[in-house]
Amino acid sequence: MAEAQNIPVGSTTAGQIAVAAESTVATRMSAPPSFDVADFPVPHGREEEWRFTPLERLRGLHDGTAVVTGDGVKVDVQAPEGVTVETVGRDDARIGKAGTPVDRIAAQAYSAFEKAGVVTVPKETVLTEPIRIAVHGEGGVRYGHQVVELGAFAEAVVVIDHTGDAVLAANVDYILGDGAKLTVVSVQDWDDKAVHVAQHNALIGRDASFKSVVVTFGGDLVRLHPRVSYAGPGGEVELLGLYFTDAGQHQEHRLLVDHNVPHCKSNVVYKGALQGDNAHAVWIGDVLIEAKAEGTDTYEMNRNLVLTDGARVDSVPNLEIETGEIVGAGHASATGRFDDEQLFYLMARGIPADEARRLVVRGFFAELVQQIGVDDIEERLLAKIDEELEASV
Amino acid sequence: MATLEIRDLHVTVEADNATKEILKGVDLTVKQGETHAIMGPNGSGKSTLAYSLAGHPKYTITSGTVTLDGEDVLEMSVDERARAGLFLAMQYPVEVPGVSVSNFLRTSATAIRGEAPKLRTWVKEVKEAMERLNMDSSFAERNVNEGFSGGEKKRHEILQLELLKPKVAILDETDSGLDVDALRIVSEGVNRVRETGEVGTLLITHYTRILRYIKPDHVHVFSGGRIVESGGAELADKLENEGYEAYTKGGASE
Ligand SMILES: Nc1ncnc2c1ncn2[C@@H]1O[C@H](COP(=O)(O)OP(=O)(O)OP(=O)(O)O)[C@@H](O)[C@H]1O
Ligand SMILES: [Mg+2]
Repeated sequence: MAEAQNIPVGSTTAGQIAVAAESTVATRMSAPPSFDVADFPVPHGREEEWRFTPLERLRGLHDGTAVVTGDGVKVDVQAPEGVTVETVGRDDARIGKAGTPVDRIAAQAYSAFEKAGVVTVPKETVLTEPIRIAVHGEGGVRYGHQVVELGAFAEAVVVIDHTGDAVLAANVDYILGDGAKLTVVSVQDWDDKAVHVAQHNALIGRDASFKSVVVTFGGDLVRLHPRVSYAGPGGEVELLGLYFTDAGQHQEHRLLVDHNVPHCKSNVVYKGALQGDNAHAVWIGDVLIEAKAEGTDTYEMNRNLVLTDGARVDSVPNLEIETGEIVGAGHASATGRFDDEQLFYLMARGIPADEARRLVVRGFFAELVQQIGVDDIEERLLAKIDEELEASV
Repeated sequence: MATLEIRDLHVTVEADNATKEILKGVDLTVKQGETHAIMGPNGSGKSTLAYSLAGHPKYTITSGTVTLDGEDVLEMSVDERARAGLFLAMQYPVEVPGVSVSNFLRTSATAIRGEAPKLRTWVKEVKEAMERLNMDSSFAERNVNEGFSGGEKKRHEILQLELLKPKVAILDETDSGLDVDALRIVSEGVNRVRETGEVGTLLITHYTRILRYIKPDHVHVFSGGRIVESGGAELADKLENEGYEAYTKGGASE
């Protein structure tokens, strides 16, 4: 068995490289991936993959007690011409092709959903307008499944918007054909009480490129698990994330990029701002470079900006390298704090306190927002960031 | 003509659950166009005076008054003081990650001037000011003070002084940590602002070295939280030769 290099949990910017005997990414999960919820024990909270999550706030998604209520979550898809939008049964072959549930809630969602949404962009179709999927909660419990498939050389932008109040567990599959280009923006703009747990599986075709933008503002508890694997060489992946965690919110982003084929790229950048008592952000970034994945080029980064006392960040980058024949691999994680001295400095230059805070937070997110590349989303994000700040001062 | 008047200023800090009085009755008047040097040993309270004037929240004014053109400075918030015309070049400028120097300067100038400077002339103004201070133009895109050397931080403070054109500038040990070349460049910056005759300067320093470049009109010896002696430029020469011993041994500092 290949020896793995593993950068230990909890390391910050300059982690040392330790040598582990086997993959910690795989062994950290308490059960192997499965579509069947019965294959996963009910978590008790000390498992590696659950230790940061307040189980008591999951509203029963993790132990089978969350029962579907009516149509308390509405899904509306708007797609430009040329796109196929379907609602299909569980036996549709496209479902589950991009990845398998890796934890109890993802498997629960898979075991419990009734109909799946499938959006297909035929091969060589290049869209000029985004596909918009609006998921609006009206207080209900729902298990969902959504598939977005792009044929070879198709190009599309998909915006998935989550609003309202809901208890939602879902799997979302992105299947990219050879040479396809997909940008997905998933916005979690939930009301205060919402609970949202989802696994995203992206399967990247040969020479395809995938950009995922995850934006989390709202909800009581949001736990997202974007995962990527490659179906052929030449794939390029960019995973961008932005979160603004307020008092009492738990926002958890767990990522896995599995470099399972040679000559693929991945770049992960997640940034979060936190403010208020018991604001809790968790970021787990797992990047695995398998022994056969020669020529891999990967970088992952998580930055957090803590604006007030009482907020907490857990940031765990984990880079595991089974081959030395790579172009590059790096990771960084850092948490900074906007403190009274910085505030004083800016105010001593005439800048009022609220504007000083805005300057710092906008500056912190600016570069990331510019990389999104979907105009109306960029504007909305900046407005939303300002709104979050207003609430605090 | 702008005048800063400090009368019988007493200031305390909280340290280790005890209240400690640092300033024990400071009296000083600084008029526009004048340069006052405040010289004193380490720990005598010079920075405390500077921070108290700027409104740092750690320092509590227990008695006394500070006015700028008759307006009560102590009633103002930190940003209001800056907009009223007070400027503090800090002994230890603060790093502000995520905020670029160019964005910071423009936001600050907008706040102080009351309107956003016109972009074209502003870019030129900043560029020229940076050139005069021997600052590479790449500094504009770096984050405020982040990773700046000690000397670069001080130049950045003086850059702000030149751009913000305050009525009263308090320079807290702007000379410390500078080599001879940097000291000359920074002093020239201060002198350019002084030569306008529009600014009153309070130059806080431990050493007389900077006074070779910036000639003070008045020199005050600071010890034990107050001014213990005042005179003209000749007082600095006396300190150069004799040090602070006469003042500290004399019991002025508790
Ligand atoms: N925020 C604070 N908390 C506790 N003590 C303080 C604080 N600020 C100042 N002091 C104390 O007050 C005294 C004066 O400090 P200050 O920094 O004003 O001196 P200084 O004259 O500027 O010294 P230096 O020449 O070293 O810059 C010192 O004993 C210092 O430890
Ligand atoms: Mg000092």
